[in-house]
Amino acid sequence: MSAPGTLPRWAELGLLPVINLVAALLISGVVIMLLGESPVAAFKLMAAGSVGTQEGIGYTLYYATNFIFTGLAVAVAYHAGLFNIGAEGQAYIGGLGTALVCLWLGAWPFWAVLPLAVLAGAGFGAVWAFIPAYLQAKRGSHIVITTIMFNFIAASLMTYLLVNVLIKPGQQSPESREFSVNAWMPSATDVLARVGVGFAATPLNLAFGFALGAAVLVWLLVWRTRWGYALRVAGENPAAAVFAGIAPPRVIIGAMLLSGALAGGLGLNELMGSQHRILMDFPSGAGFVGIAVALMGRNHPAGIIVAAVLFGALYQGGSQLSFDMPKINRDMVVVIQGLVILLCGAMENVFKAPLAKLWHGCLARDPKPTGGTPAPR
Amino acid sequence: MSDDARSATAPGRNSGGAAGAARAPALELRAIDKRFGAVQANRAISFSVAAGSIHGLIGENGAGKSTLMNIIYGFHRADSGEILVHGRKVDITSPQAAIAAGIGMVHQHFMLVENFTVLENVVLGVEGGALLAGGLTAARRELEKLARDYGLAVPLDSMISELSVGLQQRVEILKALYRGAEILILDEPTAVLAPQEADQLFKMLGRLREQGKAVILGTHKLREIMAITDRVTVMRQGAVVAEVMTKETSPRGLAEKMVGRAVLMQVDKCPATPGAALLSVTDLEVRDRLGVPRVKGVSFELRAGEIVGVAGVAGNGQSELLEALAGIRAPSRGEIRLGGRELVREQLDARARRALGLAHVPEDRLRLGVVASFSAEANAMLGYHDRPRYGRGLFLDGVASFAGCEAKMKEFDVRPAQPALRISAFSGGNQQKLVLAREIDADPTVLLVGQPTRGVDIGAIEFIHRRLIALRDAGKALLVVSVELDEILGLADRILVMNGGEIMGELARAEATEEKIGLMMAGVRGEGGA
Ligand SMILES: Nc1ncnc2c1ncn2[C@@H]1O[C@H](COP(=O)(O)OP(=O)(O)OP(=O)(O)O)[C@@H](O)[C@H]1O
Ligand SMILES: [Mg+2]
Repeated sequence: MSAPGTLPRWAELGLLPVINLVAALLISGVVIMLLGESPVAAFKLMAAGSVGTQEGIGYTLYYATNFIFTGLAVAVAYHAGLFNIGAEGQAYIGGLGTALVCLWLGAWPFWAVLPLAVLAGAGFGAVWAFIPAYLQAKRGSHIVITTIMFNFIAASLMTYLLVNVLIKPGQQSPESREFSVNAWMPSATDVLARVGVGFAATPLNLAFGFALGAAVLVWLLVWRTRWGYALRVAGENPAAAVFAGIAPPRVIIGAMLLSGALAGGLGLNELMGSQHRILMDFPSGAGFVGIAVALMGRNHPAGIIVAAVLFGALYQGGSQLSFDMPKINRDMVVVIQGLVILLCGAMENVFKAPLAKLWHGCLARDPKPTGGTPAPR
Repeated sequence: MSDDARSATAPGRNSGGAAGAARAPALELRAIDKRFGAVQANRAISFSVAAGSIHGLIGENGAGKSTLMNIIYGFHRADSGEILVHGRKVDITSPQAAIAAGIGMVHQHFMLVENFTVLENVVLGVEGGALLAGGLTAARRELEKLARDYGLAVPLDSMISELSVGLQQRVEILKALYRGAEILILDEPTAVLAPQEADQLFKMLGRLREQGKAVILGTHKLREIMAITDRVTVMRQGAVVAEVMTKETSPRGLAEKMVGRAVLMQVDKCPATPGAALLSVTDLEVRDRLGVPRVKGVSFELRAGEIVGVAGVAGNGQSELLEALAGIRAPSRGEIRLGGRELVREQLDARARRALGLAHVPEDRLRLGVVASFSAEANAMLGYHDRPRYGRGLFLDGVASFAGCEAKMKEFDVRPAQPALRISAFSGGNQQKLVLAREIDADPTVLLVGQPTRGVDIGAIEFIHRRLIALRDAGKALLVVSVELDEILGLADRILVMNGGEIMGELARAEATEEKIGLMMAGVRGEGGA
């Protein structure tokens, strides 16, 4: 469409996010300046810390792994017309499933533990998403409200379990005993060493591969299967879905099961790959960052991977920054992240109209036809 | 009455402007060009509309009427060309700019907030100050005056969702006038109206003309063009092919100019030879969400090789009947038999019914028939995406869906024939053709059609009627619901007339006359009424 306020697809998908990001960094720069530090130096530090070294890259991708899982979870629900705020809780409970397998079956060989841990993580996450989904589908309880509540319930439940049941006997902090080494996800360092590549020791592990695999799977499911077609029809136009004989309640439940299962992948990275135990509040907000990641990635797996890596870099670069610039503490880093979320996610369209104006003003006059806008299939 | 006489009778309008501009047309278009990708939607369009006149705009589906109107209203930007309002060049960059220039538009799909009152809707965006109350009282006075002047009475405090389509349209007109529109654009305003509502609309437009407003009316109905316009511009493939005074032309002449060939206003068909009953409905009752019965104990049969027409004023239960038959709405009582199954008790959904050979072209295309943000290709398999032809196992086959869509587009002359294009970028008539193509392509034994030619140009109407009759001749059963009496009379072999959710009577085509049907539509029971 070429009504005012529309842009060619490449600009919409490529240029706009970059402009948003630059704007977020500019505002952050002003804040850093107000704190009496040099923005240029700060951004140099952040860049160097996140992508400048093998260690930085390892950490960046390790964080990104969590965000890919939760971003995909939010996106799948979004395509079914659902706003899943509950990825945090689903990841938390999903991690419980993974941890139980690792704790109980730690004596088994890794190749036997791994599939069970994956299934348990996905299954527990899916179950946690099922209840709000059922309430939405059959009772009309709004999924935004119920998934938020289920985050709280998950947190309380896990606190109880960690403090009273899973805690390592004779220990103060609420965390389980360490998984046996059989249940550790191979680290990137080990995996790369096998093929003769040296890589610094970081928490980056094989779960990153699982996250990428999940992204491909989501793409296939949503855009290439009959089920995904039904899901998108129901998400875009529930009345047309009924007309087509697609039952929206079934789509809601199916989409949320998948969404919860994806969120449940977080435990593979965080617990099996990095902490090697289950501990309190291990998702630490990744479920909410997933919302921003999905928004910024336009709910498309490829976009989500890019956005997740960006947010991973912000996390890693941010911790580096608070390390090296004492005036900028952890909270300041959160402010920068918040600005990025605000501009790239929530306010992604603020620059759209001016850009479109510019586009229609001078560029659209070129004589060669621009081609019709292709639409999602 | 000549244009001159009219502007002379128009009271005190056009106060601003230089003396020379006072006689300038209200709106003048000069060489408007607009391209969408490979499609030249408008090409060197020029015409002018005098104040105090109604200007008709007709043309085939996809001729570029909506595009042109959207350009005047600032929804689209022209690639080149000029727009002059009262002789002054204006740069219309947005609907706001159009409103500021005195241009208002009534869209086919209303832009109203459902759970706001009429008053709140009218002042939306022009509240005049942060505190609503003051603005609202002033607005109420102003609106009451407008309503008196133009015969546009609307209950100001009713919720939009409680109003009929005709009244909602009135609110749109009021909205435009309240914002000071001197030029009013209407895009297919009667497509959603019952005939009586359309008559009222035209009375209103006549009043606007008397008051010196300029009106542009885009429509497919030649009857309307002949009845109300002063001049007509005929478009074909983006260009103006004729501009004539209405009184110097005829419907047939206009139709030929539009399509570029002689058009049959009525398709010939041989008498029906009905066979076995394929669909039978017994004592069907359908209630709406509030529990009010909309269809009250309706019974009838559809036989192989016949077209049954359902006539009636819109809103007398036809839509609910169709939706209940198609499996979109659950009836509260009764039986529907199809292919040896009883659909109501077995609670078969739309998909299961399709599998039994029932296809449905819904009345409300945009709400039910298509997913607006999807491509034509994805829409061309809506309802059939689980058929073997569209994929293998769990997976869809992009090649098959593309080819399927291309074939349908070719067969039904959907333009532009680009399966990857978003369905909302197609003109209304072309969307309708694609939906029809999809449902006919499934080779149903029973086809339900709601408003088969709503928004479709006369050339395509002829084509669609032919296809429906060919389907009948191939031994299928068709149920056609239409508010166009001409269409019912042209297509149906048997006519059911609905009023207040009941069938008032049944007429064989041979004995049906407009008078008889009209009486039944008004609620007079005929013989054979249930
Ligand atoms: N946003 C768009 N993007 C691409 N093509 C478009 C867009 N809008 C319209 N078109 C194309 O421009 C042409 C003119 O369309 P338009 O809607 O103006 O036709 P119309 O005369 O109003 O037809 P109808 O009588 O069916 O409503 C069509 O070929 C249509 O497919
Ligand atoms: Mg149109």
